[in-house]
Amino acid sequence: MNPDAVPPDRPESFRAAPVPRRSSLLLLPALAWLGLFFFVPLALMLAISFASRGTYGGVVWTLSLANYANVLDPLYVKVFLRSVLLASVTTVLCLALGFPIAYYIARLPARRQGIWLLLVMIPFWTNFLIRTYAWIFMLRTEGLMNQVLAGLGLIGSPVDVLYTEMAIVIGLVYGYLPFMILPLSAAVERLPPSLVEAAWDLYASRWAVLWRVIVPLTKPGLVAGCTLVFIPSLGAFMTPDLMGGARTMMIGNLIQHEFLVARDWPFGSAIALVLMVSVLLGLAIYLRAERAGTRLAAGG
Amino acid sequence: MSRKHTWLLSASVANLVFLYAPIVVLILFSFNASRLSATWQGFTLEWYRLLLEDEALRLSVQNSLVVAVVSTVVATGLGVCAAVGLERHPFRGREVVEGAMLLPLVIPEIMMGVSLMLFFLLVKLPLSLITVAIGHAAFNVPIVLVIVRARLRKLDPSLEEAARDLGATPWQAFRRVTWPLLMPAVAGSVLLAFTVSLDDFIVTFFTAGPGSTTLPLYVYSMVKSGVTPTINALSAILVLVSMALIGASLALQRR
Repeated sequence: MNPDAVPPDRPESFRAAPVPRRSSLLLLPALAWLGLFFFVPLALMLAISFASRGTYGGVVWTLSLANYANVLDPLYVKVFLRSVLLASVTTVLCLALGFPIAYYIARLPARRQGIWLLLVMIPFWTNFLIRTYAWIFMLRTEGLMNQVLAGLGLIGSPVDVLYTEMAIVIGLVYGYLPFMILPLSAAVERLPPSLVEAAWDLYASRWAVLWRVIVPLTKPGLVAGCTLVFIPSLGAFMTPDLMGGARTMMIGNLIQHEFLVARDWPFGSAIALVLMVSVLLGLAIYLRAERAGTRLAAGG
Repeated sequence: MSRKHTWLLSASVANLVFLYAPIVVLILFSFNASRLSATWQGFTLEWYRLLLEDEALRLSVQNSLVVAVVSTVVATGLGVCAAVGLERHPFRGREVVEGAMLLPLVIPEIMMGVSLMLFFLLVKLPLSLITVAIGHAAFNVPIVLVIVRARLRKLDPSLEEAARDLGATPWQAFRRVTWPLLMPAVAGSVLLAFTVSLDDFIVTFFTAGPGSTTLPLYVYSMVKSGVTPTINALSAILVLVSMALIGASLALQRR
């Protein structure tokens, strides 16, 4: 289009701003909704975490740090430590299981890559509750796993895996494995195969290739995958609730217990906020790694 | 090289078996004639027939659909407007506003559930399907926002500028040029928001009251009270429905 055709009386900013400035007012309804039903509740929770519990539940407005001090009770610290441990084991297992397939997918030609990624994602679209039930069905005492193992003569009597920490880890790994595979395969795809081949050519051992070439160069993807698995595992509620037992409570179950069973909202709020702060810290690490990754990609 | 690849391929195939086996087993055993045993006792459709007769199940499906429709309509309206508002005018603090709006996607879902429950109890809004739908709309807004915004960013701004140069009003240019191009992303996000709402357990668990049992809550109570082939049958149906909805959503976003 000939710029001279624009009448001279048109404002200078015409091309830069074809829509009136008030279009940012379009943000207001969504902001109002999220403000009222997301940020206000969170702020309320923060306020309540400094209050104390009434005799019959409910909230007595005081200003004390008692709830946060209470979180340090060894009983609750144990729940926190267990959650961190189970989430860590889950993350390491996802990494061990996810890395080979991510590497394999990243080295496939584009079309087959799409098919494999789709295959990884499909089970993930199934309702999490159903996927959890699928494992309960497999792992219960009279379930298929025990029958297969007994049939093979590997075990004499059924093993009770369900309602243990191991069951929780299996459920979490199953739930979040795709979160590991997707960022990892994207990272491996950016790693030039020639670098790996060069290492082989220079007689690097298998481990040297892995630790000194592949791992450092795919680090942003590794960090992203680990964060995406660790965060939801740490705050898990449904998996430990259905697959764990009375002795395997995680933070999510503790929060639910404080709110719905003990009816101690202030203490429940304090625990939930400690969880949220841990998650946001993890997220900050992830974002930093991602930015480093973008720099790496930009630098070639 | 080739030995290494065989190793990688078998590890990858093993991985897929791990991902698919439980679901396949679950579906197979929904046709098993035995109520208790995990050995195959012959083919039956009995469990599916029982599902059809389950009145409480029908009610929970109905509740889930109502919540999913209402929350998707609200979230789509709010999310599409917000995406256009964010995209059109770079303003100071835009990144902060966008980050804040995406926060519901990253904090643990249980936080959203309990804080909403506290909020509703303190403002004395009785927990019901309405409170569930409000919560679902809140986590669906960022989902719609992300998808529609991604599409808007890919659109060539000169298309709308051309319409304006030819004398269209801002509204006409949006309605006749941008909106049709945006439509696939909007439709895709509608389907995704609808699916996420249908599947949601945690936020629903905390914001539902008596009489507002949704389908996932009903499945949860079934699972809590023990393994039965009826749950397998229900799971098999849900697996197929979720996959169909998400597949449609992906197909629309790709267009």
